[in-house]
Formats: sequence, structure tokens, C-alpha cells
Amino acid sequence: MGRTVFEKIWDDHVLAKRGEDQYLLYVDRHLTHEVTSPIAFESLRAQGRRVRRPDLTFAIMDHNVPTVDRALPVRDQHSREQMKALARNARDFSLTLFDYFSPWQGIVHVVGPELGLTVPGITLVCGDSHTSTHGALGALAVGIGTSEGMHVFATQSIWLKKPKLMEVRYEGVFPSHTTPKDAILYTIRELGTGGMIGHVAEFRGDAVKRMSAEERMTICNMAIEGGARTAIVEPDEKVYSYIEGTPYAPSGEDWEEAKRYWDTLKTEHDARYDKSYTLNVSGLEPQITWGTNPAMCIGVSENVPEPSQFDDASQRRAAERALSYMGLKPGQKIEGTPVDAVFIGSCTNARLSDLILVARLVKGRRVSPNVRAMIVPGSMLVKRRAERLGLHRVFLESGFDWRNSGCSMCIAMNEDRLGQGERGVLTSNRNFENRAGPGSRVHLASPLTAAATAVEGRIADPRRYSLASIDELELEWTSPWLERNILKPLRGG
Amino acid sequence: MPEPVKKIRGKAAPLEIDDVDTDQIIPAQFLKVLTRKGLGAYLFYRWRFDEEGRPKEGFVLDRPEFRDATILVAGRNFGIGSSRENAVWALMDYGIRCVIASSFGDIFYGNSVKNGLLCIRLEDERVKSLRAEAAKGGLFLDIDVEAEKITMPSGEVIKFSLEPAVKKWLLEGLDEIEATIRGYDEKIREYENRMSHFKMPRKDVLHTE
Repeated sequence: MGRTVFEKIWDDHVLAKRGEDQYLLYVDRHLTHEVTSPIAFESLRAQGRRVRRPDLTFAIMDHNVPTVDRALPVRDQHSREQMKALARNARDFSLTLFDYFSPWQGIVHVVGPELGLTVPGITLVCGDSHTSTHGALGALAVGIGTSEGMHVFATQSIWLKKPKLMEVRYEGVFPSHTTPKDAILYTIRELGTGGMIGHVAEFRGDAVKRMSAEERMTICNMAIEGGARTAIVEPDEKVYSYIEGTPYAPSGEDWEEAKRYWDTLKTEHDARYDKSYTLNVSGLEPQITWGTNPAMCIGVSENVPEPSQFDDASQRRAAERALSYMGLKPGQKIEGTPVDAVFIGSCTNARLSDLILVARLVKGRRVSPNVRAMIVPGSMLVKRRAERLGLHRVFLESGFDWRNSGCSMCIAMNEDRLGQGERGVLTSNRNFENRAGPGSRVHLASPLTAAATAVEGRIADPRRYSLASIDELELEWTSPWLERNILKPLRGG
Repeated sequence: MPEPVKKIRGKAAPLEIDDVDTDQIIPAQFLKVLTRKGLGAYLFYRWRFDEEGRPKEGFVLDRPEFRDATILVAGRNFGIGSSRENAVWALMDYGIRCVIASSFGDIFYGNSVKNGLLCIRLEDERVKSLRAEAAKGGLFLDIDVEAEKITMPSGEVIKFSLEPAVKKWLLEGLDEIEATIRGYDEKIREYENRMSHFKMPRKDVLHTE
């Protein structure tokens, strides 16, 4: 029986087995940020331990950072203290740090792939659940807790239970204005928040093969919202192209050797899965959440559910609770619901290709005067690339706030948040109660649905909006990386 | 390093909500800490306190009959979402020693084991009936980790099962880092010696401040 890409990487990294189901794996890359790491560093100090491999460990500030002008002081004292603690810990333990002022600062799951810290075939961990994102490049990436993080710091290894395998197959061609974000939202809607618990989701199928590396990051990112332990896609030429020439990716002879190894990381045709799910995306419409977890989701043209339509008592109760929290009436249309804010950002949908989608919809249009609309690029590199292309002018002319990078409104640990009872359409990954601030009402959707909503001031179906072509965006400066990975595919090349 | 967990006897409180994510267990604003002590004060914060920090009425753990509960009987998919270990620290600091549910978020479950918070998976129907019993108030459970059983006040026994590694961990309260270094340092070195150069991040990268 053939192995899957996940099993191949797993087998390459297993150091030992303990009991029936615990495996010790070597960790090739450890990314860490300011929020989940301080207690691990404190414990290392208390026990007199060092970081075993500082050269494989990278620290990034993202969760707490303000997204306003970096010349301004960090006003929130606790945020500032956590940021400073990371700087101190990086210095004391000799780690490479991308701090608040670094030109490479950004959300850890955007930065890893774009700097070539994430490459196919490696094991990667980070104290953040959305670490599954890195699986899009064919890495075995898992989100871990603080205690596990400390173990990795000290031993460069981690004990894991081998997850079960689940194939998530996307077939067909996306209809216009419908995106990979809509596919993953629909998948979670069908499988529930616990549908993939205990499994690694391997995304495959024609539609996944056609996706760009960045689009694959969006679906892998959100697999965790369906309960998956992590997600993965077998690496291919698109992935190689995405990381070729990035600062930390192998180069020269190493690059050739790496590619020969990566070429072996294919799922074999007779590999078996414990669970299987298939979605034909050809019939999909843009999705949007109506409730307080990502599975509470409908098509943008549908009505929010009536609690009475659920047979299960606890689902009925959950629906009632969610509708009341979200300030929605049972059975009402979701489209046309007025919103206060639109947020384009997060490790799910704030990469350059996401920003280009937004620009294509808002070019020549204005953000509704009733809406606060902000774009928080996934990294400062994404921001500079967008500005190189001239996208920022499109955003500023349409009335978007064009900010610096960070996790921002997705987790509301900085000042970017929704007020009590305020409603927002966010391109992020979690619509939990109070997630974007106390009393916040979050609807998750694709960048196109969010952009259309910003223009209309109400939840809008993006399919009613024409999209500017790439040529109509009148892009200014480009670069070989942008041409190869972003622009050529968009031009249908 | 957690204390060994062998037996838990305590009062059960029902939490009749499915899909309790770790944002609800402890909101992100309380992640801005540099120590894990005292997080119990923020457990289920938004369900227990209003915007000004005044206690809200009615949350199950604040009702007089459940104030001293140490066992939480929840629903499906408890602890999904964010990897924040603060969720486990908050539950334990508050005094919770065991959570019973029909399924758990994977990362939360792993974090719980590391800290000695016992998570018991039972079938959906079992969880529901236990929750209904707990809701009546005054349900004391005797939990035996070694024997993998819960004994009801009536004497009725509910069996559960733990993965062997989890059970061993709970019973022994292992210092895992020390154990890994002692037992497997050579394996780690072996891997490092054979690790292909192309798997490592380039070292000649220039950093600008």
C-alpha cells in the first residue's frame, strides 16, 4: 500500500516510538510569536535550559502589534510588555527575531512561506493553531501549546500521536467570484467544527492542483476550524516557484538537491485514507457565516436558518443562542444586512493575491460612507509588494484604510476591533463570540464578498459586481517573483 | 511539571453548550500575560462578567450549588479553536480537575494532558445523561484514572478509556523534557548528523534592523 505525502514526511522524521501511539519527531523549523512563548522562555530560564537549535528557531511579533504608523508608541502596556519580552528572549536565547520594526515583520503564517522558512518536506511547529497553513507548501506543520513549545525549544523534537488521514478532495472549476475560501467554509459547514478532529486533512483533486500556493494556504489555514490536527497538499512546481529565490530557501546545489527530494513527496495512487470527503466546486456559491462558529455558514443568497429546522436539541439551542448573539432574525435573508466594518486581513486571506482580488472589485468604486473598511496586509513584504504594484492607490481612492501588518481585528489584541454590537464582514477564520472585541458580530467571508460588502454597506453578493481585469488595474512596478507567481497566473498564463 | 493524577472526587457542573472554543474559555485579552498564575479569575470571562467587569447573573459556575464544582460536564467539541494553553491554565487555576465531553479539540486535549487536566471522552448520550444528572445539583463523582472508571453516587460505574500514553502521563506526572533528553538525546543527535543541508534555513541571510 502506497504512502501519502504526510506519511512520507512523518516517516522521515520519526526518531522513536513510545507505547502504542506516541512518536518522537524531529522538528526542522520552530516559529514563535510574542503571545504563546513568554511562559515557555521563563520556564527554560527557571530550569537553566537553552534553546537547542537557535538556528532553526525564528521569532516574530504579530498578535499584539498595532497596525498604525510604527513611529507611534505602542500604547497598550501589556502588548508592549509582551513584545519587549519576545525581544529580550530572542536576544537571550540567540534567536533570529523579526520585530515590530523589521521589514520582514508580519503574521507568522504569511512570513514563513514568503521568506522560505517554510519549504516542502520539513516538520514545522508554532504555538498557534493556524500553523496548518504551512501544509500548503507540503510541510508537516502542527500548531502546539506552550508546554509543547518549551519541549521543542529544549529538545528540537516533539511527541505526537499519529493523526488519522482524511482526504478532502475538491473537483471541478470555481464559478466566477467564488474562491477557495468559499470551498473551505462550505466544507466546514458540511462536516461541522469537529468533523476532522484527530485527522490530518490532505487537500487534493483537480481544483486543488489548479490553485496557487497562496490559495492553498487559505484552505489549509482553515482546516483547523473543522477540527483537523493539520492540513497538507503535496508539493508541486507552483510551490517550488513560490519559494525559489526567497531569503531562507535553499539555493545553488542545495536547491537542485531539494527539488529532487521534494519530487518524491507525492501521495501514491494506492494510498488509503481513514476518511474521505469530496466537493465539486463547480456548483458552489460565495459562502458567509451567520453564527458564532465557522460551521454556522450559508450561501450568500440563502436565508439564515430557523432553529426549528434542527432535529437535534443541542443544535437548536446553539442556533437560537447564535442568532440572538448575532442580532439576526430566524429565516431572514443574510444579503442586505447592514454592516459597520469590513476587515481584509489575517493569516487566512491577506496575501498579495487576496489584495489583488479586492482591488479588482473596488477599482473605480467607493466604500459606503457607513462602513469602516480596513486592509491589513498579511506582512510588511505583502504591503511593499502591493505598493510596488500601485494597489494602495486603488484602496485609498475607494476609501479603505491601508494599514501595517499584524493579526489585528482577527483576534483584537491590538486596537483594531469591533465595538459592542457592531457587525463586520471579515476575511479571517473565526467568528466566535467576542472574537473581534466584546459583543462583536463577525461574519466570515471571502475577500470578494468582503469587498462587495464594503462598497454596498450591507452584506452583498459579489457576483453582482464586475471585476477589473489585471490590465485595467494599471499595475506599476513589478518584479520577477510577482510576475512568476501572481501576475502570470492571473493573466491566464 | 504536573502532579500525578490518580483519583479525582468532586462535584460535577453541567455546561450545556456544544463547540465551546478556547476563546470562550479565556478571551484573547487575558493572553497578554507573562505568568500563568491567577488566570482562573478570567475563566469563561465574557459569560460571567459584563463589559465593565461586573459579574453577570446565572452562569452555571457562579450558581451557589456549583461554585465548588471541580468537574465540568460539557458537550461536543469542547476546546476547539485557538491553541492557547491559557485555556487549560485558567480551568485548573479556577479549580477544575476534569472535563467530560463527547469530543475535544486536538490541541486543547494535548495541552490538558501536559498539565494534568483529565479529559474524559464518553459517548454523546452518556454525556447528555450525566449532564442532566449534574444539573440537579450535588452530583459527586469518584473518578479513578488507573481503573478508567467513574463511580456515580448510586454505585453505578461508567467506564471510560484513555490512550495508554495519556494514562501513563497522568499517573506519573512526568518531566517530559528531562525524559526526552535522557532517553532520546542520541536519536536526536543522529538525526541532526544526517539532516540534509538543504533542509536548513540559509545562514548567509543579511538582516537589516
